[in-house]
Amino acid sequence: MPPPLPSALRQFGKPRINRTASPVLAFATPWLLVMLGSLSPSWPVIASAPVLPPFGFLLLVGWQQLRPGLFPVWAGWPLGMFDDLFSGQPIGSAVVLWSLTMLALDFLEHGFPWRGFLLNWLVASAFIAAYLFLALQFANLAGSAAGAMVLLPQLAVAILAYPITARLVGLADKFRLIPIRSI
Amino acid sequence: MAAPSNRRPGFSRRAQYGNFFGYIAAVAGLVVGVILLVVSTGNAGAFSGLRTVAADSTAPAAKVAAGARTGSQSLWQVLAGYFTSGARVARLEHEVAESRVRLAEQAALIEENARLKAMLGLTQGDQRPVIVTRMIGSTSSSTRRFATIGAGTSQGVRTGMAVRSPLGVVGRVIEVGASSARLLLVTDTDSSIPVRRASDGIQGYANGLGNGTVQIRLSTTGLNTLRAGDAIVTSGSGGIYRPGEAVAVVVSLTPDGAIARPLSDPGQTEFVAVEPLFEEIAEPAGPTARPSTAGKR
Repeated sequence: MPPPLPSALRQFGKPRINRTASPVLAFATPWLLVMLGSLSPSWPVIASAPVLPPFGFLLLVGWQQLRPGLFPVWAGWPLGMFDDLFSGQPIGSAVVLWSLTMLALDFLEHGFPWRGFLLNWLVASAFIAAYLFLALQFANLAGSAAGAMVLLPQLAVAILAYPITARLVGLADKFRLIPIRSI
Repeated sequence: MAAPSNRRPGFSRRAQYGNFFGYIAAVAGLVVGVILLVVSTGNAGAFSGLRTVAADSTAPAAKVAAGARTGSQSLWQVLAGYFTSGARVARLEHEVAESRVRLAEQAALIEENARLKAMLGLTQGDQRPVIVTRMIGSTSSSTRRFATIGAGTSQGVRTGMAVRSPLGVVGRVIEVGASSARLLLVTDTDSSIPVRRASDGIQGYANGLGNGTVQIRLSTTGLNTLRAGDAIVTSGSGGIYRPGEAVAVVVSLTPDGAIARPLSDPGQTEFVAVEPLFEEIAEPAGPTARPSTAGKR
């Protein structure tokens, strides 16, 4: 039998009398997490081929599916702008695609409000595939000429990485609502 | 919990307008994005200032992370080594035996080369790198192959400088910030390097394919004389890369050339050297230089 957790740790994240979540943390966590994902080109991985999933995009979709309406509908363009600064795509690529994603996910949310995780994963996979393909087209417009086959390994990795990022989003959501402010 | 299917947030006018303007802002953002995209695809240099400021601001953290990278990589190599050591030792011993012979030949060539150069009165230009720096990141999720290094204008890095690792050419600098610079890797589909085969000097181009390999296209049409295992080096024409720097090794043949794997895998490289602009040094010594400019450098 595992030893019981210290009581301070067990109380972590649980609702408490006269404590409430910090509004700063509750508001800023989702934005910061997506921006951290966008910083993935500065992570210590140097690749000669596109292999890492677009973490910023995965996290955006993850937040939108876990907590629809947490991000305003227009969140796609500021976050996309930030992503463009680091991703190597022509500037505007993520602004367009992330804005479209937010609008499309909002539409889906209102059209099909009851979904399980499998359906979410399926929807996210379709979005990831469309995102990678369109991002490739935008990159090709700006002078590159890579074929769509280059994307296949990255697409597989991204689709498999989605549940993990969704889990991460769930953790961040708990963290965001830790009751630390006394009222 | 699912949101109510009715998008009207209640009877509050303020909430209703807020909702409405949210959608307006989203569509406006989309339109702005399209405009940005059109501008930036038409002109690759547009917004480079924004990008370099962003890269500069994350460079200090990325440098720390880059130090951890080589540590973690060697761990994986150690683990993988347990499975492949026997075959590797045999192969390496064979290679060492071959290399000893090559090394002797090479020493003879170097000696001959020095003698010939002395005869022609050519002096070796200043080959020292501008700076040796870390690779601190790459666009690992985009199909464009850019990398970031931890040195910029304050260290003397300029656009167009070639960057190499001990194993060969990595790429060239395309955007410079104050303390970081962005490289176009040789595997980017925009990258095209004039090359020749090391053994006999057949000229060609190495174009990036975006998937970690380069396509070698020979300038000679018709007969494809490339073979798997051929070493490809820079030819020096075009003036960005010095002649004779290792680029890639042929792995498979195509009807009009070959697919080659770059020797300097950027993922395995921690430190890279930024080389001074090649043209500036080569110009006075070139065959077209006038005698009056020969002394200037």
